[in-house]
Amino acid sequence: MSDWLSPEEWTAVRLSLVVATTAMLASLPLGLGVAFLLARGRFWGKSLLDAAVHLPLIMPPVVTGYLLLIGFGRRGPIGQFLYDYFGIVLSFRWTGAVLAAAVMGFPLMVRAIRLSIEAVDRKLEDAAGTLGASPAWVFLVVTLPLCLPGIVVGMILCFAKAMGEFGATITFVSNIPGETQTLPSAIYTFTQVPGGEAGATRLTLISIAISVAALFVSEWMARFVGRRIAVE
Amino acid sequence: MSPLLDIAVEHQLGQFKLDASFTSNGRLTALFGRSGSGKTSLVNVIGGLIRPARGRVLVDGEVLVDTKHGVFVPKHRRRIGYVFQEARLFPHLTVRQNLLFGRWFAPREGRDSIAFEAVLDLLGIGHLLERRPTGLSGGEKQRIAIGRALLANPRLLLMDEPLASLDEARKAEILPYIERLRDEIGIPIVYVSHSVAEVARLATTLVVVDQGAIKACGPTAEVMSRLDVAGLSGAAEAGSILEAEIVSHDAEYHLTSLRTQAGLLQVSRSALPVGGHVRVRILASDVLISLTPPTGVSALNILPGTIAAIGRRREGAAVELVIDCNGESLLARLTTKSVAALALKQGSQVYAVIKSVSVETS
Repeated sequence: MSDWLSPEEWTAVRLSLVVATTAMLASLPLGLGVAFLLARGRFWGKSLLDAAVHLPLIMPPVVTGYLLLIGFGRRGPIGQFLYDYFGIVLSFRWTGAVLAAAVMGFPLMVRAIRLSIEAVDRKLEDAAGTLGASPAWVFLVVTLPLCLPGIVVGMILCFAKAMGEFGATITFVSNIPGETQTLPSAIYTFTQVPGGEAGATRLTLISIAISVAALFVSEWMARFVGRRIAVE
Repeated sequence: MSPLLDIAVEHQLGQFKLDASFTSNGRLTALFGRSGSGKTSLVNVIGGLIRPARGRVLVDGEVLVDTKHGVFVPKHRRRIGYVFQEARLFPHLTVRQNLLFGRWFAPREGRDSIAFEAVLDLLGIGHLLERRPTGLSGGEKQRIAIGRALLANPRLLLMDEPLASLDEARKAEILPYIERLRDEIGIPIVYVSHSVAEVARLATTLVVVDQGAIKACGPTAEVMSRLDVAGLSGAAEAGSILEAEIVSHDAEYHLTSLRTQAGLLQVSRSALPVGGHVRVRILASDVLISLTPPTGVSALNILPGTIAAIGRRREGAAVELVIDCNGESLLARLTTKSVAALALKQGSQVYAVIKSVSVETS
């Protein structure tokens, strides 16, 4: 199979998987927190936070990428701060691709988790409270396990979005083979050169395979988790 | 000694105003009233699910709520068990994990004051431990919910209409367990109900709630035979409760004789041994009044007494009377026409002809 794909193509596949997985895992804690705030919180500016989270979903990806470039580029206010204090560079690095993918996948993740938190029966949480569990414990042993299916769905959606992310990534971190060239960028590159159709087709097939696999995994996990917590 | 429960709260819930105060020392205090009378809000205040706008809640002398001094103990630190109307079992845990849930959080000392096996035994749920709540019957779920609350080692157990969502057969299945709970485990219970039959069978202290306020509070038999309370409980269910002792069994006619303070009663044969104590309920609509000792009637139970009070006429022709039978109060319902025809008034000597007696404690 390694003969079937060129080393550059393999690199793109590997990089895409790494970027998407990292983006999914890195946005999970924040996604959980924001979803919980939106589902349960009552505070000033809640709709503002809601809008901010959903912004990447409705803005053109190129705009999101450009905003990231302004903000997180070497000369951008946040980018400069990260470089000066932590030595972190995001622009034109694979970490930047992770950021772009995470930002684009974030609204999908938050949406799924938020819905599942809203679906958790508050009465069960009250019952846990009367049994002596403090609010933090109630969250850990009742709320969290009960919204596990939603968390799984949110993670898969975020992963899928990250795998397919193109516009924001190419705007923010460009299309550098071996560093920021993910699957979609590699396919795009193939379509831009004469005789690239074969490569594009190969990578397209791989893209489809990964998407279908992710779908199956999510189905299987949702069923596994769902069976355990089937609501009465 | 401070009372077990000492409650005085005010709270506004939308249009509904809760303004209730009572104290109780009963082993099983029943909060009784129509649906929407505020019973559940009241137990929610005790359990810490509602934070009252004003007032105080003391359990066993410990201040749980005192709005004047800004005291509000959160529900997870109250050690008050709560059995809800629906079982509210955790669907992601097995029955065993559900039962032991409270134990993880209980203070280390006294954690084993109630043995796991004893609770399984008491509630008959030992065979369900490895199952998940989904797929259990309503009665089984409710028994597990009771066990779960008990095993959290509470100092007080709240039960909010635990039988309301069950059919008659399931109710009959659970009632004996609640009786055993009351009699064998030393945890006081606050029991919410709108069913006279349940209250008559279970309660030692009765608190009548109406429109967010306490209408009456005291020993069950005493409160139940009060005329104003009889009006509240609804026409079909008003009645009186007598404590009775089994005197003898009659094999030939299959009857059991009971001694009450009001006099001897005969009921269909009970399985309990001679000397056992039972509680009987006599519906007001099952009592007739005669001015002379009746002869030639089929009723077995006739008690002499004097009329202690005549209630106000309600919608329709019915009116309730309290008959004092040797110190026990017996409630009777007559038509206003009969009251006029017999010229009944306070102090009249009468005979109460009882059509049927139901034994509430088996």
